[in-house]
Amino acid sequence: MEASIKTENLTKCFGSFTAVNNITFKVDKGEIFGFLGANGAGKTTAMRMLCGLLHPTSGKASVAGFDVFTQREQIKKNIGYMSQKFSLYEDLTIKENINFFGTIYGLSNTKIKEKTEQLLIRLNLMEEANSLVASLPLGWKQKLSFSLALIHDPKIVFLDEPTGGVDPITRRQFWELIYETADSGTTVFVTTHYMDEAEYCNRVSIMVDGKIEAIDTPDNLKKLFDASTMDEVFYLLARGASTQE
Amino acid sequence: MNTIEIKKISKVFGSKTALNNINMSIKQGELFGLIGADGAGKSTLFDILVTLSAATSGSASVHGFDVEKDAKNIRRIVGYMPGRFSLYQDLTVYENLNFFASIFGGTIEDNYHLIKDIYEHIAPFKERPAGKLSGGMKQKLALCCALVHQPKVLFLDEPTTGVDPVSRKEFWGMLKRLQEKGITILVSTPYMDEAVLCERIALIQEGEIMAIDTPVAIIKSFTHPLYSVKSKKLYQLLKDLRNFKETYSCYAFGQTVHLALKNQDTTAIIIQDYLHGLGHENIEIKSIDAGIEDCFMELMKKTAE
Repeated sequence: MEASIKTENLTKCFGSFTAVNNITFKVDKGEIFGFLGANGAGKTTAMRMLCGLLHPTSGKASVAGFDVFTQREQIKKNIGYMSQKFSLYEDLTIKENINFFGTIYGLSNTKIKEKTEQLLIRLNLMEEANSLVASLPLGWKQKLSFSLALIHDPKIVFLDEPTGGVDPITRRQFWELIYETADSGTTVFVTTHYMDEAEYCNRVSIMVDGKIEAIDTPDNLKKLFDASTMDEVFYLLARGASTQE
Repeated sequence: MNTIEIKKISKVFGSKTALNNINMSIKQGELFGLIGADGAGKSTLFDILVTLSAATSGSASVHGFDVEKDAKNIRRIVGYMPGRFSLYQDLTVYENLNFFASIFGGTIEDNYHLIKDIYEHIAPFKERPAGKLSGGMKQKLALCCALVHQPKVLFLDEPTTGVDPVSRKEFWGMLKRLQEKGITILVSTPYMDEAVLCERIALIQEGEIMAIDTPVAIIKSFTHPLYSVKSKKLYQLLKDLRNFKETYSCYAFGQTVHLALKNQDTTAIIIQDYLHGLGHENIEIKSIDAGIEDCFMELMKKTAE
């Protein structure tokens, strides 16, 4: 099975502090992979390296076939990224946002027009197309943001806590979008603090103090730790951490 | 007299109604949860109660003081932890704590007994600038600063949002111990699993209260028969159950689907036959009790209909 993401002893140090300590793992094409860990465990640092945003200290890694040391710009062109902290331009309309993201990903005008219509219909936003994004409820913004992260049909999409604070129904609707996306062959790499969402993933990894302490399917991890939920597994692994501040 | 009284509070911003006719009473020493998603109105309500903003209509009081006429008195007796970290990033842990103690006319030592359990976690970092703390640490510091003047009422606006599950559990442990010391605590959270840790909760959606009661009573009020259903292919299961004519609602919960049925007559066998007919394998069906999240979604659905 073709690997979408492959790392080997990937490490990042900041001075004398090792944020990411020799992590080795791979993610298969079309997988929904949950990347978990407590605050301070090194998740964000690891993700930034994989997205081509941060130069690693040592080790090897490739994302969508491109090297994280020498081909960072190609990585950025071939991945989608969505974070809860920044999603869309609130003072632009929905259509303007779609146009903006389409343009910076290098889509042709024809393609942008096609995508705009597809997106608006799929998300049921035809009537709001010319409204400012600021007027949309949070759940809709999340869904739109996710769709825009995919506008250039990337092979992999990175989702950084995409469902924080959203109501339970919208959260599930969002995950259905994720399922559809993975079904069509796009790899989804997601971080989340909702442990029930960890159960939606094909496999999850849990980082503690810069290392990957567990990586397997949710079912196998529960068996291994004699736990009935991912919440318990996480608690057992993460509570002994020294950087768990 | 209730510690917090909220009568017909509404708040309108231009054409948007952020709070619509809210009525609530919170008793002395209660650990009360305001449960709802982003944009539901939680922070708006808190801002009114801690006297940071004025309601458009209605009235409220904290410890007998009116939020509009006696704001100064309220500010002396409440501890407030806002939704976003708002301590001084360039002051150290110790400097922040000292600052808050002194603006209320006291010292850290005066009420150290209240914050001791929490402060011990961050004491090793007391010379570190607050801006350089991790999320969990910031949260603990903010809680200490809210408690250092021995408030009668504590308002915590989404104190655990964005924090990992381990730190969240720890935080709630701390809240329970504070409650034992007689402080009335009003917490808002979007996390449904935290709702059961409160004595009473109010479920809020789009500026309106959908229910107020103990978690147990809210769970008992769930009106539909509920099953947990599992099969080899979760996503397909969800789609197929959605098309099942006896389904009232179905939602994914981890690796199972919670299926609420329209009426009692539909048995597990009927569900099994339906799914078997569509080619599902490894089917597991069991009757379950509703949780807070099931209730919340049922209420959301009812409100929308």
